[in-house]
Amino acid sequence: MSAASYSPAQLARFRRRRMRNLAIAQRRPGWVGYGFLGLVLLLSILPLYWSFLVASGDSTSARDPNLSWFPGGHFLENAISAISNPAVNFWKALGNSILVSVTVSASVVFFSTLAGYAFAKLKFKGRGPLLVFIIATVAVPTQLGVVPLYLLMAQYGWIDTMQAVIVPALVNAFGVFWMTQYLSQALPDEIIEAARVDGASSFRSFWSIALPIARPAATMLALFTFVASWTNFFWPFIVLSPQNPTLPVALSLLQANYFVDYSIVLAGTLVATVPLLILFVVAGKQLVSGIMQGAIK
Amino acid sequence: MTTSTAAPPRRPRPRAQLTSAQRFANFSYRATPYVYISPFFILFAIVGLFPLVYTAYVSLHEWSLIGGDGGFVGLDNYASVLGDKKFWIALRNSLSIFLLSSVPQLIFALLIASALDTNLRGKTFWRMGVLLPYVVAPVAVALIFGQLFADQFGAINNFLSIFGIPPVRWHVDPLSSHVAIATMVNFRWTGYNSLVLLAAMQAIPRDYYEAAVIDGAGRIRQFLSVTIPGIRPTLIFVIITSTIGGLQIFDEPRLYDQFGQGGSDSQWLTLTLYLYNIGWDRFDFGKASAVAWLLFLVIAVFGLINLMLSRRISTEGTK
Repeated sequence: MSAASYSPAQLARFRRRRMRNLAIAQRRPGWVGYGFLGLVLLLSILPLYWSFLVASGDSTSARDPNLSWFPGGHFLENAISAISNPAVNFWKALGNSILVSVTVSASVVFFSTLAGYAFAKLKFKGRGPLLVFIIATVAVPTQLGVVPLYLLMAQYGWIDTMQAVIVPALVNAFGVFWMTQYLSQALPDEIIEAARVDGASSFRSFWSIALPIARPAATMLALFTFVASWTNFFWPFIVLSPQNPTLPVALSLLQANYFVDYSIVLAGTLVATVPLLILFVVAGKQLVSGIMQGAIK
Repeated sequence: MTTSTAAPPRRPRPRAQLTSAQRFANFSYRATPYVYISPFFILFAIVGLFPLVYTAYVSLHEWSLIGGDGGFVGLDNYASVLGDKKFWIALRNSLSIFLLSSVPQLIFALLIASALDTNLRGKTFWRMGVLLPYVVAPVAVALIFGQLFADQFGAINNFLSIFGIPPVRWHVDPLSSHVAIATMVNFRWTGYNSLVLLAAMQAIPRDYYEAAVIDGAGRIRQFLSVTIPGIRPTLIFVIITSTIGGLQIFDEPRLYDQFGQGGSDSQWLTLTLYLYNIGWDRFDFGKASAVAWLLFLVIAVFGLINLMLSRRISTEGTK
């Protein structure tokens, strides 16, 4: 049916109706949407704010039914008590956590990009099945192998060392998959071929071409690996001693007394969380887009 | 480009024509990709696959942390684990905490994702906001919520008392403690998963919604008939990963109180915590390995059940 058979008034009505339908389809949020999200945000922040209130109060604050909504003046004092608790080894734990998280992030990015480059851009026998195998390993609960892993570490004398935490985490399936996805669409074949014609070795073209191009995805991978590494507890808790802990292991020791002052425990907890909160403020946008890009693939 | 070196040579040339240097270059060219991908496979073999398989070997032996291999004992460790009342309590607790964390989490993540999947003002602000809890370590979450959920004058009980609700014994009643621990998991992961689901929702072409609106579909109908089928693969992915992670929960129950034993009556003892206590408090590696394998089976069974269920549910949505 041609448009000529409608009067201009009818056409205008159709257009209005179509615009209204579009508006509904685009779904502008009402106050219900904002209210709901506001509540979610409140619930995300409240536990942290509450622990700050307790941490800035005294030993009775955690149980105070009339706890003030404004922080007290004891946060610094409580944080210092937590940090200087000799059983906790806070500074050592902070150093260890930085060492582990930085090393693991750098290593995961390097090895994942290397493997991703091979899977995305080099042709070799078994490429497809090997990639499928790597993806399938994500579903294997390797955490259940802790007993032999512990025996293995004992064999090498690595119990209570940072190698024991770092080495098993040097590369992971998610990283390889992530970099393969990114490089296969971001790195044009022509550039690699041109480099080869110019006489660049395979590693040279990886180092000088693939690695710089991979930077946006590599940054996100580094961020997620850093967060995962910094918050990791189960294995470090098994293999490390209280004398040489990472931060989560040290935190777990804060309440391991019979008489616990929870304003000190929560002050220590918040201090240990600050580095990641800073990371969140600086790179939260990238974390969000990293999660969203990872989800579609 | 006609002389692509990336393509394998079509006509095999006689070997004699290649110098040894050429042969080496050819070999290294072919071997390079395998070298690049080898770190993952080597590491996975040593710290992933081998330990998992060797766990089965250890589980068939008497094996203590100090004494080492004390000889083959067949299925004794399994019999001893299966005969231990605590194992069944831990299994019940793990499943209960898993259900209490995964089901509400998925529902809330879907709600948050669809609230975010609108023309919001300040998109980035809201998205970052829901992700905030993700950067708080589970250990920190457990220490904070362990106090929020304190039995006597804890903040949550104080809050409930405003409505005249008597104090809940969060550290005494099994179900209440499961709710508290599941809340910790939900606190940390709901926002993360809602961003995953949001990404999948945004990949649905807007025309589908438009068509649904023209067909007279309301919000709820759109959600059930357009959104859910559209995000099906992602939904399945989220359900499966939360199953694998949820059944292995350790950090939160370990730090829910100051003793870390899963409660005076094993109220919140989970399977991984049970494994840890047997392995590193009682130093019985044989039995701990048997627990690990049983947990592995539980995860496999529930992973498959969830896979089938979630497939069925999301295909029904399309009908």
